[in-house]
Amino acid sequence: MTSVRTGRPRQTSPTAGVAQVLRSEWTKIRSVSSTGWTLSVAVVVTIGIGMLISALTRNEYDTMPVRERLTLDPTFVSFAGMTLGQLAMIVFGVLVVTNEYSTGMIRVSLAAVPRRGAFLFGKIAVAGALALVVGMITSFATFFLGQAMLGPYRAGLGDPGVLRAVVGGGLYLTLIAVFSMGVAAMLRSPLLSLGILMPFFFLISNILAAVDSTKKAGRFLPDQAGSRIMQAVPRADEAPYGPWGGLGIMALWVIAALAGGYALLRRRDAQ
Amino acid sequence: MIELDGLTKRYGEKVAVDGLTCTVRPGIVTGFLGPNGAGKSTTMRMILGLDHPTAGDVRIDGRHYEQLTDPLTCIGALLDAKAVHGGRSAYNHLLCLAQSNGIPRGRVGEVLETVGLVAVARQKAKGFSYGMAQRLGIAAALLGDPRVLMFDEPVNGLDPEGIHWIRNLMKSLAAQGRTVFVSSHLMSEMAQTADHLVVIGQGRLLADTSMAEFVRRHARSYARVRSPQPERLLDALHEAGITVVPAADGALEAEGDKAERIGELAARHGIVLHELSPRQASLEEAFMRLTAGSVEYHARTEAGPRSWGSGRQGGTA
Repeated sequence: MTSVRTGRPRQTSPTAGVAQVLRSEWTKIRSVSSTGWTLSVAVVVTIGIGMLISALTRNEYDTMPVRERLTLDPTFVSFAGMTLGQLAMIVFGVLVVTNEYSTGMIRVSLAAVPRRGAFLFGKIAVAGALALVVGMITSFATFFLGQAMLGPYRAGLGDPGVLRAVVGGGLYLTLIAVFSMGVAAMLRSPLLSLGILMPFFFLISNILAAVDSTKKAGRFLPDQAGSRIMQAVPRADEAPYGPWGGLGIMALWVIAALAGGYALLRRRDAQ
Repeated sequence: MIELDGLTKRYGEKVAVDGLTCTVRPGIVTGFLGPNGAGKSTTMRMILGLDHPTAGDVRIDGRHYEQLTDPLTCIGALLDAKAVHGGRSAYNHLLCLAQSNGIPRGRVGEVLETVGLVAVARQKAKGFSYGMAQRLGIAAALLGDPRVLMFDEPVNGLDPEGIHWIRNLMKSLAAQGRTVFVSSHLMSEMAQTADHLVVIGQGRLLADTSMAEFVRRHARSYARVRSPQPERLLDALHEAGITVVPAADGALEAEGDKAERIGELAARHGIVLHELSPRQASLEEAFMRLTAGSVEYHARTEAGPRSWGSGRQGGTA
Protein backbone atom coordinates (compact mmCIF):
# COMPACT_ATOMS: atom_id res chain seq x y z
CA MET A 1 0.00 0.00 0.00
CA THR A 2 1.41 3.31 -1.02
CA SER A 3 0.36 6.74 0.12
CA VAL A 4 -2.71 8.51 -1.16
CA ARG A 5 -2.35 10.39 -4.41
CA THR A 6 -2.28 14.12 -4.07
CA GLY A 7 -5.29 14.55 -6.31
CA ARG A 8 -3.40 15.57 -9.42
CA PRO A 9 -5.54 14.30 -12.28
CA ARG A 10 -3.54 12.21 -14.73
CA GLN A 11 -3.40 13.68 -18.20
CA THR A 12 -4.55 11.07 -20.65
CA SER A 13 -5.45 11.79 -24.24
CA PRO A 14 -8.46 10.02 -25.78
CA THR A 15 -6.16 8.00 -28.03
CA ALA A 16 -4.19 6.78 -25.03
CA GLY A 17 -7.51 5.65 -23.57
CA VAL A 18 -8.29 3.65 -26.70
CA ALA A 19 -4.83 2.05 -26.68
CA GLN A 20 -5.36 1.04 -23.05
CA VAL A 21 -8.68 -0.63 -23.86
CA LEU A 22 -7.15 -2.50 -26.82
CA ARG A 23 -4.26 -3.75 -24.68
CA SER A 24 -6.66 -4.84 -21.97
CA GLU A 25 -8.97 -6.65 -24.38
CA TRP A 26 -6.02 -8.43 -25.94
CA THR A 27 -5.01 -9.71 -22.50
CA LYS A 28 -8.58 -10.88 -21.95
CA ILE A 29 -8.84 -12.68 -25.27
CA ARG A 30 -5.47 -14.43 -25.06
CA SER A 31 -5.96 -15.56 -21.47
CA VAL A 32 -9.02 -17.78 -21.96
CA SER A 33 -8.98 -21.18 -23.59
CA SER A 34 -12.17 -20.72 -25.66
CA THR A 35 -10.25 -18.42 -28.03
CA GLY A 36 -7.77 -21.16 -28.89
CA TRP A 37 -10.18 -24.01 -29.41
CA THR A 38 -12.86 -22.14 -31.34
CA LEU A 39 -10.36 -20.67 -33.77
CA SER A 40 -8.43 -23.91 -34.24
CA VAL A 41 -11.66 -25.80 -34.92
CA ALA A 42 -12.50 -23.15 -37.55
CA VAL A 43 -9.11 -23.64 -39.22
CA VAL A 44 -9.06 -27.44 -39.07
CA VAL A 45 -12.67 -27.97 -40.19
CA THR A 46 -12.47 -25.49 -43.07
CA ILE A 47 -9.19 -26.88 -44.39
CA GLY A 48 -10.10 -30.54 -43.75
CA ILE A 49 -13.44 -30.46 -45.55
CA GLY A 50 -12.00 -28.28 -48.31
CA MET A 51 -9.25 -30.84 -48.99
CA LEU A 52 -11.70 -33.75 -48.82
CA ILE A 53 -14.17 -32.23 -51.28
CA SER A 54 -11.31 -31.19 -53.58
CA ALA A 55 -9.96 -34.74 -53.63
CA LEU A 56 -13.42 -36.20 -54.32
CA THR A 57 -13.98 -33.70 -57.14
CA ARG A 58 -10.71 -34.74 -58.76
CA ASN A 59 -11.70 -38.42 -58.62
CA GLU A 60 -15.16 -37.83 -60.02
CA TYR A 61 -14.18 -35.29 -62.65
CA ASP A 62 -14.31 -37.80 -65.49
CA THR A 63 -17.84 -38.93 -64.62
CA MET A 64 -19.17 -35.38 -64.19
CA PRO A 65 -21.64 -33.96 -66.76
CA VAL A 66 -19.96 -31.82 -69.38
CA ARG A 67 -21.68 -28.65 -68.25
CA GLU A 68 -20.42 -29.08 -64.70
CA ARG A 69 -16.93 -29.73 -65.99
CA LEU A 70 -16.99 -26.52 -68.00
CA THR A 71 -18.21 -24.36 -65.12
CA LEU A 72 -15.98 -25.99 -62.51
CA ASP A 73 -14.74 -23.37 -60.06
CA PRO A 74 -11.69 -25.00 -58.45
CA THR A 75 -11.29 -22.08 -56.02
CA PHE A 76 -14.85 -22.38 -54.75
CA VAL A 77 -14.54 -26.18 -54.52
CA SER A 78 -11.61 -25.80 -52.12
CA PHE A 79 -13.76 -23.47 -49.98
CA ALA A 80 -16.36 -26.21 -49.39
CA GLY A 81 -15.40 -26.32 -45.71
CA MET A 82 -16.36 -22.69 -45.11
CA THR A 83 -20.01 -23.57 -44.48
CA LEU A 84 -19.07 -25.67 -41.48
CA GLY A 85 -15.95 -23.76 -40.49
CA GLN A 86 -17.91 -20.53 -40.20
CA LEU A 87 -19.92 -22.12 -37.37
CA ALA A 88 -16.76 -22.24 -35.25
CA MET A 89 -16.16 -18.58 -36.11
CA ILE A 90 -19.71 -17.86 -34.90
CA VAL A 91 -18.98 -19.66 -31.62
CA PHE A 92 -15.77 -17.62 -31.26
CA GLY A 93 -17.60 -14.34 -31.83
CA VAL A 94 -20.43 -15.25 -29.48
CA LEU A 95 -18.18 -16.42 -26.64
CA VAL A 96 -15.87 -13.39 -26.84
CA VAL A 97 -18.82 -11.14 -26.04
CA THR A 98 -21.11 -13.31 -23.92
CA ASN A 99 -18.48 -14.58 -21.48
CA GLU A 100 -18.50 -11.05 -20.03
CA TYR A 101 -22.15 -11.56 -19.14
CA SER A 102 -22.18 -15.24 -18.17
CA THR A 103 -19.34 -14.70 -15.69
CA GLY A 104 -20.54 -11.33 -14.32
CA MET A 105 -17.21 -9.86 -15.46
CA ILE A 106 -19.18 -7.19 -17.36
CA ARG A 107 -19.67 -5.23 -14.13
CA VAL A 108 -15.93 -5.23 -13.43
CA SER A 109 -15.16 -4.39 -17.08
CA LEU A 110 -17.57 -1.46 -17.29
CA ALA A 111 -16.42 -0.11 -13.93
CA ALA A 112 -12.90 -0.06 -15.43
CA VAL A 113 -14.03 1.35 -18.80
CA PRO A 114 -17.25 3.31 -18.24
CA ARG A 115 -17.40 4.65 -21.79
CA ARG A 116 -19.45 1.80 -23.20
CA GLY A 117 -18.67 2.51 -26.83
CA ALA A 118 -14.94 2.35 -26.11
CA PHE A 119 -15.45 -0.92 -24.26
CA LEU A 120 -17.58 -2.66 -26.90
CA PHE A 121 -15.74 -1.45 -30.00
CA GLY A 122 -12.35 -1.98 -28.33
CA LYS A 123 -13.31 -5.58 -27.67
CA ILE A 124 -14.72 -6.08 -31.17
CA ALA A 125 -11.68 -4.43 -32.79
CA VAL A 126 -9.31 -6.83 -31.02
CA ALA A 127 -11.45 -9.93 -31.60
CA GLY A 128 -12.16 -8.85 -35.19
CA ALA A 129 -8.45 -8.32 -35.91
CA LEU A 130 -7.69 -11.77 -34.56
CA ALA A 131 -10.52 -13.24 -36.67
CA LEU A 132 -9.10 -11.46 -39.71
CA VAL A 133 -5.63 -12.96 -39.21
CA VAL A 134 -7.03 -16.45 -38.62
CA GLY A 135 -9.56 -16.04 -41.44
CA MET A 136 -6.86 -15.05 -43.95
CA ILE A 137 -4.56 -17.88 -42.89
CA THR A 138 -7.48 -20.31 -43.17
CA SER A 139 -8.55 -19.02 -46.57
CA PHE A 140 -5.09 -19.12 -48.13
CA ALA A 141 -4.24 -22.47 -46.56
CA THR A 142 -7.50 -24.09 -47.66
CA PHE A 143 -6.99 -22.68 -51.17
CA PHE A 144 -3.45 -24.00 -51.60
CA LEU A 145 -4.12 -27.37 -49.99
CA GLY A 146 -7.42 -27.76 -51.87
CA GLN A 147 -5.73 -26.96 -55.21
CA ALA A 148 -3.03 -29.50 -54.43
CA MET A 149 -5.79 -32.11 -54.02
CA LEU A 150 -7.43 -31.06 -57.29
CA GLY A 151 -4.21 -31.87 -59.14
CA PRO A 152 -4.61 -31.25 -62.88
CA TYR A 153 -7.83 -29.27 -62.47
CA ARG A 154 -6.36 -26.76 -60.04
CA ALA A 155 -6.51 -22.99 -60.32
CA GLY A 156 -3.59 -20.65 -59.71
CA LEU A 157 -3.55 -17.53 -57.57
CA GLY A 158 -2.83 -15.51 -60.75
CA ASP A 159 -5.95 -16.80 -62.61
CA PRO A 160 -8.77 -14.26 -63.11
CA GLY A 161 -10.74 -13.60 -59.94
CA VAL A 162 -8.85 -16.12 -57.83
CA LEU A 163 -6.84 -13.78 -55.59
CA ARG A 164 -9.98 -11.73 -54.99
CA ALA A 165 -11.87 -14.91 -54.03
CA VAL A 166 -9.16 -16.08 -51.61
CA VAL A 167 -8.80 -12.68 -49.93
CA GLY A 168 -12.60 -12.52 -49.92
CA GLY A 169 -12.75 -15.86 -48.11
CA GLY A 170 -10.71 -14.40 -45.26
CA LEU A 171 -12.89 -11.30 -45.16
CA TYR A 172 -16.02 -13.46 -45.20
CA LEU A 173 -14.93 -15.44 -42.11
CA THR A 174 -14.01 -12.19 -40.34
CA LEU A 175 -17.37 -10.58 -41.06
CA ILE A 176 -19.24 -13.70 -39.90
CA ALA A 177 -17.36 -13.50 -36.57
CA VAL A 178 -17.97 -9.75 -36.16
CA PHE A 179 -21.65 -10.14 -37.07
CA SER A 180 -21.93 -12.76 -34.32
CA MET A 181 -20.29 -10.37 -31.84
CA GLY A 182 -22.88 -7.71 -32.62
CA VAL A 183 -25.77 -10.16 -32.23
CA ALA A 184 -24.25 -11.51 -29.00
CA ALA A 185 -23.93 -7.95 -27.64
CA MET A 186 -27.66 -7.57 -28.17
CA LEU A 187 -28.68 -10.95 -26.72
CA ARG A 188 -26.03 -11.31 -23.94
CA SER A 189 -26.75 -15.01 -23.42
CA PRO A 190 -24.41 -17.50 -25.15
CA LEU A 191 -27.13 -20.14 -25.55
CA LEU A 192 -29.65 -17.72 -26.98
CA SER A 193 -27.07 -16.22 -29.35
CA LEU A 194 -25.91 -19.60 -30.65
CA GLY A 195 -29.50 -20.85 -30.76
CA ILE A 196 -30.39 -18.06 -33.12
CA LEU A 197 -27.19 -17.72 -35.16
CA MET A 198 -26.56 -21.42 -35.85
CA PRO A 199 -29.91 -22.17 -37.51
CA PHE A 200 -29.83 -18.75 -39.17
CA PHE A 201 -26.66 -19.62 -41.06
CA PHE A 202 -27.03 -23.36 -41.35
CA LEU A 203 -30.74 -23.87 -42.02
CA ILE A 204 -32.72 -20.79 -42.93
CA SER A 205 -30.35 -19.72 -45.66
CA ASN A 206 -30.55 -23.17 -47.29
CA ILE A 207 -34.33 -23.44 -46.88
CA LEU A 208 -34.91 -20.06 -48.52
CA ALA A 209 -32.59 -21.01 -51.36
CA ALA A 210 -34.55 -24.23 -52.03
CA VAL A 211 -37.82 -22.53 -53.02
CA ASP A 212 -37.88 -20.28 -56.06
CA SER A 213 -40.09 -17.56 -54.59
CA THR A 214 -37.96 -17.10 -51.47
CA LYS A 215 -34.68 -17.60 -53.27
CA LYS A 216 -34.49 -13.95 -54.27
CA ALA A 217 -34.94 -12.77 -50.68
CA GLY A 218 -32.42 -15.36 -49.48
CA ARG A 219 -29.76 -13.84 -51.70
CA PHE A 220 -29.69 -10.82 -49.41
CA LEU A 221 -28.91 -12.83 -46.26
CA PRO A 222 -25.41 -12.08 -44.97
CA ASP A 223 -23.90 -15.48 -45.71
CA GLN A 224 -25.32 -15.82 -49.24
CA ALA A 225 -24.46 -12.27 -50.22
CA GLY A 226 -21.03 -12.49 -48.61
CA SER A 227 -20.06 -15.86 -50.06
CA ARG A 228 -20.45 -14.53 -53.61
CA ILE A 229 -16.93 -13.09 -53.30
CA MET A 230 -15.46 -16.57 -52.92
CA GLN A 231 -16.55 -17.61 -56.43
CA ALA A 232 -13.81 -17.07 -58.98
CA VAL A 233 -15.92 -18.32 -61.92
CA PRO A 234 -19.21 -16.39 -62.44
CA ARG A 235 -22.40 -18.46 -62.15
CA ALA A 236 -25.27 -18.65 -64.65
CA ASP A 237 -28.00 -17.68 -62.14
CA GLU A 238 -26.34 -14.36 -61.52
CA ALA A 239 -27.35 -12.57 -58.32
CA PRO A 240 -28.20 -8.88 -58.70
CA TYR A 241 -24.85 -7.90 -57.21
CA GLY A 242 -21.18 -8.52 -57.91
CA PRO A 243 -18.60 -10.08 -55.56
CA TRP A 244 -17.82 -6.81 -53.81
CA GLY A 245 -21.45 -5.74 -53.86
CA GLY A 246 -22.31 -8.97 -52.06
CA LEU A 247 -19.62 -8.35 -49.47
CA GLY A 248 -21.01 -4.83 -49.09
CA ILE A 249 -24.47 -6.25 -48.34
CA MET A 250 -22.89 -8.50 -45.72
CA ALA A 251 -21.03 -5.50 -44.26
CA LEU A 252 -24.38 -3.68 -43.91
CA TRP A 253 -25.71 -6.61 -41.87
CA VAL A 254 -22.60 -6.41 -39.69
CA ILE A 255 -22.98 -2.66 -39.17
CA ALA A 256 -26.66 -3.14 -38.24
CA ALA A 257 -25.78 -5.84 -35.69
CA LEU A 258 -23.02 -3.67 -34.15
CA ALA A 259 -25.28 -0.62 -34.00
CA GLY A 260 -27.97 -2.69 -32.28
CA GLY A 261 -25.46 -4.12 -29.82
CA TYR A 262 -24.06 -0.69 -28.99
CA ALA A 263 -27.50 0.92 -28.62
CA LEU A 264 -28.63 -1.76 -26.18
CA LEU A 265 -25.37 -1.77 -24.19
CA ARG A 266 -25.60 2.00 -23.77
CA ARG A 267 -29.19 1.94 -22.62
CA ARG A 268 -29.17 -1.12 -20.39
CA ASP A 269 -27.99 -1.57 -16.83
CA ALA A 270 -24.83 -3.66 -16.75
CA GLN A 271 -25.84 -7.20 -15.82
CA MET B 1 -15.91 11.56 -1.18
CA ILE B 2 -19.12 10.11 -2.58
CA GLU B 3 -22.16 12.37 -2.85
CA LEU B 4 -25.63 10.94 -3.42
CA ASP B 5 -28.34 13.45 -4.28
CA GLY B 6 -31.91 12.20 -4.46
CA LEU B 7 -30.69 8.96 -5.99
CA THR B 8 -33.64 6.86 -7.14
CA LYS B 9 -33.98 3.57 -8.99
CA ARG B 10 -37.29 2.09 -10.08
CA TYR B 11 -37.85 -1.27 -11.72
CA GLY B 12 -41.34 -0.87 -13.11
CA GLU B 13 -43.61 -0.42 -10.11
CA LYS B 14 -41.02 -1.45 -7.57
CA VAL B 15 -38.82 1.24 -6.04
CA ALA B 16 -35.41 -0.21 -5.19
CA VAL B 17 -33.75 3.04 -4.12
CA ASP B 18 -35.91 5.97 -3.11
CA GLY B 19 -34.52 9.50 -3.08
CA LEU B 20 -31.30 8.68 -1.27
CA THR B 21 -29.28 11.75 -0.25
CA CYS B 22 -26.09 11.48 1.77
CA THR B 23 -22.38 12.14 1.67
CA VAL B 24 -19.69 9.55 2.31
CA ARG B 25 -16.68 11.38 3.72
CA PRO B 26 -12.97 10.60 3.52
CA GLY B 27 -10.82 9.51 6.43
CA ILE B 28 -13.38 7.26 8.07
CA VAL B 29 -15.07 3.93 7.46
CA THR B 30 -18.72 4.52 6.58
CA GLY B 31 -20.98 1.54 7.09
CA PHE B 32 -23.88 1.12 4.66
CA LEU B 33 -26.40 -0.88 6.58
CA GLY B 34 -29.73 -2.33 5.68
CA PRO B 35 -31.64 -5.60 5.61
CA ASN B 36 -31.37 -7.86 2.56
CA GLY B 37 -33.16 -6.27 -0.38
CA ALA B 38 -32.92 -2.76 1.05
CA GLY B 39 -31.21 -1.43 -2.08
CA LYS B 40 -27.57 -1.39 -0.97
CA SER B 41 -26.16 -3.21 -3.98
CA THR B 42 -28.33 -1.24 -6.41
CA THR B 43 -27.03 1.99 -4.86
CA MET B 44 -23.44 0.80 -5.23
CA ARG B 45 -23.99 -0.18 -8.86
CA MET B 46 -25.37 3.30 -9.55
CA ILE B 47 -22.32 4.87 -7.87
CA LEU B 48 -20.16 2.94 -10.36
CA GLY B 49 -22.27 4.00 -13.33
CA LEU B 50 -23.30 0.38 -13.97
CA ASP B 51 -27.02 0.98 -13.42
CA HIS B 52 -28.65 4.16 -14.68
CA PRO B 53 -30.54 6.06 -11.94
CA THR B 54 -34.22 6.73 -12.63
CA ALA B 55 -33.74 10.09 -10.95
CA GLY B 56 -31.13 11.91 -8.91
CA ASP B 57 -27.41 12.15 -9.13
CA VAL B 58 -24.22 10.63 -7.77
CA ARG B 59 -20.71 12.10 -7.83
CA ILE B 60 -17.31 10.77 -6.87
CA ASP B 61 -14.93 13.48 -5.73
CA GLY B 62 -17.17 15.96 -7.54
CA ARG B 63 -17.41 14.16 -10.86
CA HIS B 64 -19.77 11.73 -12.53
CA TYR B 65 -18.39 8.23 -12.94
CA GLU B 66 -18.38 8.43 -16.76
CA GLN B 67 -16.26 11.61 -16.55
CA LEU B 68 -13.47 9.91 -14.61
CA THR B 69 -10.29 9.32 -16.58
CA ASP B 70 -8.96 5.90 -15.57
CA PRO B 71 -11.71 5.41 -12.96
CA LEU B 72 -9.88 2.61 -11.14
CA THR B 73 -7.34 5.20 -9.99
CA CYS B 74 -10.16 7.22 -8.38
CA ILE B 75 -12.48 4.58 -6.98
CA GLY B 76 -11.97 0.86 -6.44
CA ALA B 77 -14.85 -1.44 -5.72
CA LEU B 78 -15.61 -5.00 -4.77
CA LEU B 79 -19.20 -5.75 -5.70
CA ASP B 80 -19.34 -9.48 -6.38
CA ALA B 81 -16.34 -11.69 -5.73
CA LYS B 82 -17.56 -14.29 -8.22
CA ALA B 83 -17.71 -11.79 -11.10
CA VAL B 84 -14.52 -13.17 -12.61
CA HIS B 85 -13.95 -15.30 -15.73
CA GLY B 86 -13.21 -18.69 -14.18
CA GLY B 87 -10.85 -19.68 -16.97
CA ARG B 88 -8.57 -16.68 -16.47
CA SER B 89 -5.75 -16.66 -13.94
CA ALA B 90 -5.78 -14.21 -11.05
CA TYR B 91 -2.73 -12.49 -12.54
CA ASN B 92 -4.31 -12.03 -15.97
CA HIS B 93 -7.59 -10.88 -14.43
CA LEU B 94 -5.76 -8.09 -12.63
CA LEU B 95 -3.49 -7.41 -15.60
CA CYS B 96 -6.36 -6.72 -18.01
CA LEU B 97 -7.90 -4.35 -15.47
CA ALA B 98 -4.58 -2.59 -14.92
CA GLN B 99 -3.99 -2.18 -18.66
CA SER B 100 -7.45 -0.70 -19.22
CA ASN B 101 -6.59 2.11 -16.79
CA GLY B 102 -2.93 2.64 -17.65
CA ILE B 103 -1.77 1.20 -14.33
CA PRO B 104 1.79 -0.16 -14.47
CA ARG B 105 2.11 -3.96 -14.67
CA GLY B 106 4.24 -4.03 -11.50
CA ARG B 107 1.24 -2.92 -9.47
CA VAL B 108 -0.45 -6.30 -10.15
CA GLY B 109 2.26 -8.09 -8.18
CA GLU B 110 2.01 -5.55 -5.38
CA VAL B 111 -1.71 -6.00 -4.80
CA LEU B 112 -1.42 -9.78 -5.09
CA GLU B 113 1.13 -9.53 -2.29
CA THR B 114 -1.17 -7.27 -0.23
CA VAL B 115 -4.06 -9.75 -0.35
CA GLY B 116 -1.83 -12.81 0.00
CA LEU B 117 -2.56 -14.48 -3.35
CA VAL B 118 0.97 -14.54 -4.82
CA ALA B 119 1.20 -18.33 -4.55
CA VAL B 120 -1.95 -18.90 -6.63
CA ALA B 121 -1.55 -15.94 -9.02
CA ARG B 122 -1.14 -18.20 -12.07
CA GLN B 123 -4.02 -20.51 -11.20
CA LYS B 124 -7.41 -20.26 -12.86
CA ALA B 125 -9.94 -18.37 -10.78
CA LYS B 126 -12.56 -21.12 -10.99
CA GLY B 127 -10.54 -23.19 -8.54
CA PHE B 128 -10.64 -20.44 -5.92
CA SER B 129 -12.55 -20.75 -2.67
CA TYR B 130 -14.99 -17.98 -1.86
CA GLY B 131 -12.46 -16.43 0.49
CA MET B 132 -9.76 -16.43 -2.20
CA ALA B 133 -12.18 -14.94 -4.74
CA GLN B 134 -13.03 -12.27 -2.18
CA ARG B 135 -9.33 -11.46 -1.80
CA LEU B 136 -8.94 -11.28 -5.59
CA GLY B 137 -11.84 -8.83 -5.72
CA ILE B 138 -10.18 -6.72 -3.03
CA ALA B 139 -6.91 -6.81 -4.98
CA ALA B 140 -8.79 -5.45 -8.00
CA ALA B 141 -10.26 -2.67 -5.87
CA LEU B 142 -6.81 -1.68 -4.58
CA LEU B 143 -5.16 -1.91 -8.03
CA GLY B 144 -5.36 1.76 -8.97
CA ASP B 145 -4.39 2.97 -5.47
CA PRO B 146 -7.72 4.84 -5.40
CA ARG B 147 -8.80 7.49 -2.89
CA VAL B 148 -12.29 6.03 -2.66
CA LEU B 149 -12.97 2.37 -1.87
CA MET B 150 -16.27 0.58 -1.85
CA PHE B 151 -16.96 -2.96 -0.64
CA ASP B 152 -20.29 -4.79 -0.89
CA GLU B 153 -20.66 -7.29 1.97
CA PRO B 154 -16.91 -8.00 2.09
CA VAL B 155 -16.91 -10.36 5.08
CA ASN B 156 -19.51 -12.71 3.60
CA GLY B 157 -18.02 -16.16 3.28
CA LEU B 158 -14.72 -15.31 4.94
CA ASP B 159 -13.19 -17.31 7.76
CA PRO B 160 -12.49 -15.56 11.09
CA GLU B 161 -8.90 -14.85 10.07
CA GLY B 162 -10.10 -13.31 6.79
CA ILE B 163 -12.71 -11.22 8.60
CA HIS B 164 -10.07 -9.91 11.00
CA TRP B 165 -7.79 -9.11 8.06
CA ILE B 166 -10.41 -7.17 6.11
CA ARG B 167 -11.52 -5.18 9.15
CA ASN B 168 -7.97 -4.03 9.73
CA LEU B 169 -7.50 -3.34 6.02
CA MET B 170 -10.56 -1.07 5.91
CA LYS B 171 -9.49 0.78 9.03
CA SER B 172 -5.97 1.32 7.72
CA LEU B 173 -7.29 2.53 4.34
CA ALA B 174 -9.47 5.08 6.15
CA ALA B 175 -6.58 6.08 8.39
CA GLN B 176 -4.61 6.92 5.23
CA GLY B 177 -7.27 9.51 4.45
CA ARG B 178 -9.26 7.48 1.96
CA THR B 179 -13.02 7.27 1.69
CA VAL B 180 -14.15 3.78 2.68
CA PHE B 181 -17.77 2.79 2.05
CA VAL B 182 -18.72 -0.72 3.11
CA SER B 183 -22.11 -2.40 3.06
CA SER B 184 -23.41 -5.04 5.41
CA HIS B 185 -26.69 -6.44 6.66
CA LEU B 186 -25.12 -7.19 10.04
CA MET B 187 -25.07 -4.45 12.66
CA SER B 188 -22.61 -6.42 14.77
CA GLU B 189 -20.14 -6.35 11.86
CA MET B 190 -20.51 -2.60 11.40
CA ALA B 191 -20.10 -2.00 15.12
CA GLN B 192 -16.60 -3.48 14.79
CA THR B 193 -15.42 -1.36 11.87
CA ALA B 194 -17.56 1.64 11.01
CA ASP B 195 -17.09 5.18 12.33
CA HIS B 196 -20.19 6.42 10.57
CA LEU B 197 -23.46 4.74 9.61
CA VAL B 198 -25.83 5.17 6.72
CA VAL B 199 -28.88 2.98 7.33
CA ILE B 200 -31.44 2.29 4.62
CA GLY B 201 -34.62 0.23 4.48
CA GLN B 202 -36.68 -0.36 1.35
CA GLY B 203 -34.45 2.08 -0.47
CA ARG B 204 -35.12 4.96 1.92
CA LEU B 205 -32.62 6.65 4.20
CA LEU B 206 -33.39 5.73 7.83
CA ALA B 207 -30.33 7.12 9.58
CA ASP B 208 -27.17 9.02 8.66
CA THR B 209 -25.22 9.30 11.87
CA SER B 210 -21.92 8.69 13.56
CA MET B 211 -21.51 5.27 15.15
CA ALA B 212 -21.11 6.87 18.61
CA GLU B 213 -24.32 8.84 18.20
CA PHE B 214 -26.16 5.74 17.01
CA VAL B 215 -25.01 3.79 20.08
CA ARG B 216 -25.98 6.64 22.40
CA ARG B 217 -29.44 6.97 20.91
CA HIS B 218 -30.36 3.41 20.24
CA ALA B 219 -28.61 1.23 22.77
CA ARG B 220 -31.35 0.63 25.32
CA SER B 221 -30.36 -0.37 28.85
CA TYR B 222 -32.80 -2.13 31.12
CA ALA B 223 -32.97 -4.21 34.28
CA ARG B 224 -34.24 -7.76 34.32
CA VAL B 225 -35.73 -9.23 37.44
CA ARG B 226 -37.25 -12.63 38.27
CA SER B 227 -39.00 -13.53 41.50
CA PRO B 228 -41.13 -16.45 42.83
CA GLN B 229 -43.37 -13.78 44.35
CA PRO B 230 -44.23 -11.70 41.27
CA GLU B 231 -47.42 -10.19 42.72
CA ARG B 232 -45.65 -8.68 45.74
CA LEU B 233 -42.77 -7.51 43.59
CA LEU B 234 -45.13 -5.80 41.15
CA ASP B 235 -46.87 -4.01 44.03
CA ALA B 236 -43.57 -2.82 45.44
CA LEU B 237 -42.34 -1.61 42.06
CA HIS B 238 -45.63 0.10 41.35
CA GLU B 239 -45.45 1.90 44.69
CA ALA B 240 -41.95 3.13 43.84
CA GLY B 241 -43.17 4.34 40.45
CA ILE B 242 -41.15 1.82 38.41
CA THR B 243 -42.99 0.45 35.40
CA VAL B 244 -42.10 -3.02 34.17
CA VAL B 245 -43.13 -5.19 31.25
CA PRO B 246 -43.25 -8.98 31.41
CA ALA B 247 -40.66 -10.80 29.31
CA ALA B 248 -41.44 -13.98 27.42
CA ASP B 249 -40.05 -16.32 30.13
CA GLY B 250 -41.98 -14.76 33.04
CA ALA B 251 -39.27 -12.34 34.11
CA LEU B 252 -39.91 -8.59 34.35
CA GLU B 253 -38.01 -5.86 32.56
CA ALA B 254 -37.68 -2.23 33.59
CA GLU B 255 -36.31 0.47 31.29
CA GLY B 256 -33.19 2.32 32.39
CA ASP B 257 -30.45 1.68 34.97
CA LYS B 258 -32.79 0.56 37.74
CA ALA B 259 -31.19 -2.69 38.92
CA GLU B 260 -29.81 -1.18 42.14
CA ARG B 261 -33.11 0.44 43.11
CA ILE B 262 -35.05 -2.75 42.41
CA GLY B 263 -32.60 -4.72 44.58
CA GLU B 264 -32.97 -2.25 47.45
CA LEU B 265 -36.78 -2.31 47.14
CA ALA B 266 -36.86 -6.11 47.20
CA ALA B 267 -34.64 -6.21 50.31
CA ARG B 268 -36.82 -3.65 52.10
CA HIS B 269 -39.99 -5.67 51.38
CA GLY B 270 -38.33 -9.02 52.02
CA ILE B 271 -39.11 -10.29 48.49
CA VAL B 272 -37.10 -13.27 47.24
CA LEU B 273 -35.35 -12.62 43.94
CA HIS B 274 -34.02 -15.40 41.69
CA GLU B 275 -32.47 -13.05 39.21
CA LEU B 276 -31.59 -9.38 38.97
CA SER B 277 -29.36 -8.14 36.21
CA PRO B 278 -28.60 -4.85 34.51
CA ARG B 279 -28.71 -5.39 30.73
CA GLN B 280 -28.06 -3.59 27.50
CA ALA B 281 -29.99 -4.32 24.35
CA SER B 282 -27.67 -5.11 21.47
CA LEU B 283 -27.07 -2.74 18.57
CA GLU B 284 -28.42 -5.54 16.42
CA GLU B 285 -31.68 -5.12 18.28
CA ALA B 286 -31.60 -1.36 17.80
CA PHE B 287 -30.97 -1.84 14.08
CA MET B 288 -33.84 -4.31 13.83
CA ARG B 289 -36.17 -1.90 15.59
CA LEU B 290 -35.08 0.87 13.23
CA THR B 291 -35.67 -1.17 10.12
CA ALA B 292 -38.62 -3.22 11.42
CA GLY B 293 -41.11 -1.37 9.24
CA SER B 294 -39.06 -1.81 6.12
CA VAL B 295 -37.88 -5.40 6.12
CA GLU B 296 -38.92 -6.94 2.86
CA TYR B 297 -38.89 -10.58 3.82
CA HIS B 298 -40.30 -11.10 7.31
CA ALA B 299 -39.69 -14.42 8.96
CA ARG B 300 -42.56 -15.43 11.19
CA THR B 301 -41.61 -16.92 14.52
CA GLU B 302 -43.91 -18.41 17.13
CA ALA B 303 -41.70 -17.39 20.04
CA GLY B 304 -43.02 -13.85 20.16
CA PRO B 305 -41.42 -10.49 19.70
CA ARG B 306 -39.04 -10.66 22.63
CA SER B 307 -37.19 -13.84 21.78
CA TRP B 308 -34.28 -12.09 20.07
CA GLY B 309 -33.55 -9.80 23.00
CA SER B 310 -32.28 -12.47 25.33
CA GLY B 311 -28.79 -13.82 25.34
CA ARG B 312 -26.95 -10.51 25.30
CA GLN B 313 -25.64 -9.45 28.65
CA GLY B 314 -23.53 -6.61 29.81
CA GLY B 315 -23.35 -4.59 32.96
CA THR B 316 -21.44 -1.65 31.55
CA ALA B 317 -23.51 0.98 29.87
